[in-house]
Amino acid sequence: MRAGKPACAPFLEYEARMSEQESAPIVSLTDAAKHFGPVRALDGVSLSVRPGDCLGLVGHNGAGKSTLVYLINGGLAPSSGEIAFPGATEAADAGVRSVFQELSLCPNLTVAENLRVSLRDMKGASWRRTAGDIITKSLDQIFPGHGIDPNAEIDSLPIAERQMVEIAIGFAPRGTKARLVILDEPTSSLDAGIAEQLLTHIKKFCADGGAVIFISHMLGEVFEVASRIIVLKDGGIVAERPTAEFTRRGLVEAMGHVAAEGTEAAASAQRHTGEIVIQTEQGLTARKGEIVGLSGLAGHGQAAALAKLYLSSSSNWRAGHRPKCVFVAGDRPRDGVLPLWSILFNMSISLLRQVDAWGWIDRKAERAKSEEWKRRIGIRTDDVENPVLSLSGGNQQKVLFARALASTAPVVIMDDPMRGVDVGTKQDVYAMLREEASKGRTFLWYSTETEEVCQCDRVFVFRNGEISAELTPPNITEERILEASFHMQEAS
Amino acid sequence: MSAQSASRKSGSSLAALSSRPWIWSWTAAALAFSATLWLTSGRGAGELAYAALSFGAFAAIVGLGQMLVITLGPGNIDLSVPATMTLAATLALRAMGTEPGTAFYGLAIALATGLGVGMANYALIFLLRLPPIIATLAASLIYQSIAIWSNRGLRIKPPEGLADFSTGRFLHIPNVAWIALGLAILLWILLERMTWGRWLLATGQNLRAARLAGVPVEAVRAATYITVALFASLAGFLLASFSGGAALNMGAEYLLMSIAVVVIGGCSVAGGDSNVPGVWGAALFMFLVVSMLNSYGTGAGVRLVLTGSIIIAIVIAASTRRSKQ
Amino acid sequence: MSFFSRHRILLPVISLAVLLAATFYMQPRAMSYFGLNLLFNLAVPIALATIAQMMIIMVNDIDLSVGAFVSLVACITATYLNDSPMIGILMLVALIVTYAAMGAVIDALELPAIVVTLGMSFVWGGLALFILPSPGGASPGWLRTLMTVKPPFMPMAVVASILIAIVTHLLIIRSGFGTVLRGVGGNSRALTRAGLSVTRLKAWAYGLAGLFGVLAGMALVGLTTAADANIALRYTLLSIAGVILGGGEFTGGKVSPTGAVIGALTLTLAASFLSFLRLSPDWQIGSQGAILILVLTARLIFSRKGAAT
Repeated sequence: MRAGKPACAPFLEYEARMSEQESAPIVSLTDAAKHFGPVRALDGVSLSVRPGDCLGLVGHNGAGKSTLVYLINGGLAPSSGEIAFPGATEAADAGVRSVFQELSLCPNLTVAENLRVSLRDMKGASWRRTAGDIITKSLDQIFPGHGIDPNAEIDSLPIAERQMVEIAIGFAPRGTKARLVILDEPTSSLDAGIAEQLLTHIKKFCADGGAVIFISHMLGEVFEVASRIIVLKDGGIVAERPTAEFTRRGLVEAMGHVAAEGTEAAASAQRHTGEIVIQTEQGLTARKGEIVGLSGLAGHGQAAALAKLYLSSSSNWRAGHRPKCVFVAGDRPRDGVLPLWSILFNMSISLLRQVDAWGWIDRKAERAKSEEWKRRIGIRTDDVENPVLSLSGGNQQKVLFARALASTAPVVIMDDPMRGVDVGTKQDVYAMLREEASKGRTFLWYSTETEEVCQCDRVFVFRNGEISAELTPPNITEERILEASFHMQEAS
Repeated sequence: MSAQSASRKSGSSLAALSSRPWIWSWTAAALAFSATLWLTSGRGAGELAYAALSFGAFAAIVGLGQMLVITLGPGNIDLSVPATMTLAATLALRAMGTEPGTAFYGLAIALATGLGVGMANYALIFLLRLPPIIATLAASLIYQSIAIWSNRGLRIKPPEGLADFSTGRFLHIPNVAWIALGLAILLWILLERMTWGRWLLATGQNLRAARLAGVPVEAVRAATYITVALFASLAGFLLASFSGGAALNMGAEYLLMSIAVVVIGGCSVAGGDSNVPGVWGAALFMFLVVSMLNSYGTGAGVRLVLTGSIIIAIVIAASTRRSKQ
Repeated sequence: MSFFSRHRILLPVISLAVLLAATFYMQPRAMSYFGLNLLFNLAVPIALATIAQMMIIMVNDIDLSVGAFVSLVACITATYLNDSPMIGILMLVALIVTYAAMGAVIDALELPAIVVTLGMSFVWGGLALFILPSPGGASPGWLRTLMTVKPPFMPMAVVASILIAIVTHLLIIRSGFGTVLRGVGGNSRALTRAGLSVTRLKAWAYGLAGLFGVLAGMALVGLTTAADANIALRYTLLSIAGVILGGGEFTGGKVSPTGAVIGALTLTLAASFLSFLRLSPDWQIGSQGAILILVLTARLIFSRKGAAT
């Protein structure tokens, strides 16, 4: 609040009221929490964003960043606590906008037409020109010299320009003025020069009384643009300070867990000298009997690398009796579970070539094998012929593990398979993986939980679709992984 | 029936029975049958059943083929079924040229046509990356033309022996029905007892998940498109022999019919769930409902409206059942 | 991005131009008012039916009932609309409303459009048989006059096609409303996020399809002067082929009304082209299939090249 002139009382009052209104928070959260069933995605967060704020929001996978964003932009209602938009009834009225990583544009429409879709009250015959003007003006402000034609179809634009359009729509006036813009990894596909333009614009926008929440894995950018940094961990705020009071190292440490766990886990890891069974162009290597971890922030190319590896080592056209590798899906509905089937059929689909003769399924052998694995991996069901969807998520995941482990394949690829699995099951599976590995099986294991990755014999950290670090014991620690996940250099 | 409920122990409770989707089409067929007989006070039951089995057999054969394709999942459908039937029948009858003793030669020609059609359809889908609906549509226009060209407006009669066989009976059941029954049993075994069937059902439930579980999905798709064409060509061959020659529009009604019996038979339109007995029941029902309405003196219009309403009602019922789960 | 994928309309235009040039080369006399009239005689109802199909494909669905629907409309036009226009008009309006309701139900209950429209095709076909059990009826005089009017310079079929293309282009491509409708096919989640009701939009798209289906049936009767219940069954497949030929795609809301009209003209021309080649008319239908495959192959090659650069 600015100090008023003491001489002129009415004016002082007026000015005080004005500045109070100006500095009233755009959104304030009081002890807001969000639970998804038993999962506490966000656990009692209090926060307020005022005009002029630029908030850097950092945290590792599953820290609650996206949940927080959805609470602020009105996409989710809190399970408890309160979210208020002083002076407005809902997020949209308050001028809260969000720009997401996943593109929310209609790819078949032009740049101007996409603005029309999010702005209903644009009427009249010349709406196209009006929309074009608005979006061009916004693009000019943020990315001077952008060269994007408002009449170009989104589909025909390179990914970077699409992201620029999305950001420009976020900042453009759409009935209400944008007051708080949430940017989730806005620079992920922009080159350094364009990213710098965006950062400059954010600073100007905030200086002019706007507010921004900035989420990025590029710590240099966060340090450059943010006035305040909030560190989220396990659904709660663990640190909130002005940027100047953070150092990069301190920031990474705040995001991490207690160091002790990492060292303990690393102790169980071993060095392997067996033959190399996997080697990809990207630089991913694995030896016989090794458990290789893939880490880094979610969505940085780990899952894609694993799917590519699996698809290239198996065929669309034939399935032999001895598969080279098997896949354990983590995104169960999309990649794993066959929803119409029983537990038995879901478990045996990869084993059929092992239990069939001339295409005839030996149903006794199929059943015996499934019963055996049901016992070994502890699937909680009284009958393997129950529908697979009758199982809890964790038990469905066990079915997928059984499907893979029961096969004879020497390589097992696992795409974040512990999502939604309870702690007890995790311990069982770890033990089983170790046992299988000691018998000479190789595991490639992508996990979003650093704690799990720390139990591996070798870890590859991914950033922006590439391997940014290869770690071997004793360097497999949460701190090292975090360092490699976040871009530590200055944003140029 | 679904592979899953089939393998479950056959509980005799009513609930277990009604959970089997094939029961509905058979119940509907039985109702239509009794409603017809009620009017005639029970006279002609044998004849009606015989006719239903004869005509139902053709719908069952093409329906079973279409069922396999629809089982492959959303977007999979073969619109070339009628053209394939006509083409196979025309080529086969021309090759046989009413000569006695050429029945197996003709059958081979028909099946070879089906094989060629199936491979061509799949080649368009796979190589040109066309959606199956447009690939089979475009190809069917060409098959239709080839059929017109080779037919030249002549109506060639089938060899006498073949005509007798296709209209004949064995153990009081029409020969064509025996063939359709045999095919149904074969398919049932394939789907329920063999690796290949499991692969097909897995692919239909979720292609990506099936591929990641090691199923050779492209081979499954290719085989399925070839099988549907083989079934259609066999149905065309039998139908032409049955009705005394190939006509250019002989397949026309089987386009919508083949899809309708799959839906009425209780297969999931979303894929992954085949229902062999249900398709047979639906094929009988489609014929019986015509005879029922005929014997009540209502016109073809009412029958069509009724058929359409049944299809839509089934889809809505299936969707509400899905959302309850 | 290649030139062709950026200008999706080019390929249909070129296909039509090549086919037209070949026709004129084979038969120079076709290059006249009368010749063009003959070549494109039946193009107008097909173009309208193709636009109807396009409205459905635009929202990522497919309509297997277009042919039966157009046949039903033709039967109503040749009977009720001729004998007692008020009842006829009411029936046609009711049909359009039914179509819109169908779209809303398909979206609200998440039904597979392909099966619902399959079922509806039986219903339309049954109603058509009910109204006109045997071929007959008569075209209302004004309709007949409208469809056979001889405008200067260009035959009616060509003028009407251009008009249809302009009107639907303004409606679907230029207007804000049409833009939002195309957005349904492109990314319906983005629309929901912007607070629009996708169910209502789908009802609109289906309602428009119904409207153009009605126009197609009326135009058909105006040309043929009589109707029967099976008169337009071919239109289901032709309309799908026309949309795809015109540069439309099955998913993603990528449609072009101008392209669809051109696609319909191409298909009409492909059928009459062969008679000029002195090839037997047996191949008329086949040539439509062949052209469809050829154009789609060309499109694939261009898009591959586009993806490679």
